Amino acid sequence: MIAALLRRDLAQFFPFTGSGAALPVVFFVAVAMLFPFAVGPDANLLAKTGGGVVWIAALLAAILPLEKLVARDIELGFFDQLRLRGMAEEAMMAVRLLAHWLSFGPPLVLATFPAAALLKIEGETFQILMLGLIAGTPGLAAIGLMIAALTASLRAGAALSGLLLIPLALPILIFGAGALARQDQVSLGFVAAISLALVALAPFAAGAAIRAAREN
Amino acid sequence: MQALVPSLIADNLACRRGDRLLFRRLSFALEPGAACHVMGANGAGKTTLIRAVAGLTTPYAGEVRRTGALALLDERTGLDPDLPLGRALAFWFGVDGTGDAAAIIARLRLEALAEVPVRYLSTGQKKRAALARVLGQAAPIWLLDEPLSGLDTASQGLVSALVREHCQGGGIALIASHQPLDVPGMTAFAIEDFAPAEAEEEA
Repeated sequence: MIAALLRRDLAQFFPFTGSGAALPVVFFVAVAMLFPFAVGPDANLLAKTGGGVVWIAALLAAILPLEKLVARDIELGFFDQLRLRGMAEEAMMAVRLLAHWLSFGPPLVLATFPAAALLKIEGETFQILMLGLIAGTPGLAAIGLMIAALTASLRAGAALSGLLLIPLALPILIFGAGALARQDQVSLGFVAAISLALVALAPFAAGAAIRAAREN
Repeated sequence: MQALVPSLIADNLACRRGDRLLFRRLSFALEPGAACHVMGANGAGKTTLIRAVAGLTTPYAGEVRRTGALALLDERTGLDPDLPLGRALAFWFGVDGTGDAAAIIARLRLEALAEVPVRYLSTGQKKRAALARVLGQAAPIWLLDEPLSGLDTASQGLVSALVREHCQGGGIALIASHQPLDVPGMTAFAIEDFAPAEAEEEA
């Protein structure tokens, strides 16, 4: 049942096949493309600030899919039907977390190649940026899932989830973008640790949230 | 799972919606082959009862005991609106290991709709699709919440026939509906009979 659910979730959320399309990735590249227009083509300035821009673009791109992530399947009664078949909410949310990350994490990492070229990010900076995104996007996905599950039953849930994600994502952003400024890979370890803790926590928090949403 | 004798027992059930007590001291015991019709006006608590019996919500008081798997039909289909009906149903048939999917689809007259995205289906067509999902689950206990709403006369007759067959095969059906069903031997109760008296509600 887990495999069938993962296949279904991936088909729902994956860029180019799902209804969500490739919008977050396109958005991500668009921000990287617009930035040089806004600050001018000075290569030094771009290389210095570009990494931070990529991180902010990644964070904003992670907000885009949240609206559909959980609320739609609650309205459909989809989770209820799985529950009746004996699946725990935590398992549903763990599968959803994996599908959500797969649908925006790896595409974002790939899109970093053109984005980095546009922002003149090269050499070790590029390496740190890539590693940081690989370590940080699972954490962003986990925060997104928890928020999407918590706000699913609220009327203004979609708008709220974007606002809620930003402060919670700050630690990942600080260590991820901080690694770029100091050119050191140590703080990437912090990013990975924060991500890991969030990924471990998210299925339980999100599972409890969708159970609670049934009670009202 | 089929080896177990299915049973569905509600013991002294009470449920609230918000601050309001909808019903209390509601008990029933359904043996294999039993069908029970829950009647009641809109808002009386039929859906609340069905969801509590399904184990999706925790009742305010009392408990539900059941043996056997449970299939639920309510106003939400559980079918992906963007997928063609055939593929949306195939997901659940796959999860439930349904063998005779084609026969179920034919029985509910859904063959012609297989390529139509679920969101374009009419209310009645969606209801028939959800019934196909319930049949595919082959669960001994059926919880049907308003199975007749939105259906034409022919399809309403079909629902009654499906419930009759299900119960003749030893299944249990608990049906919440304000419309009559043609199922011989079906017991019935009105949920209003279990509503708290005015004074009690104030207390």
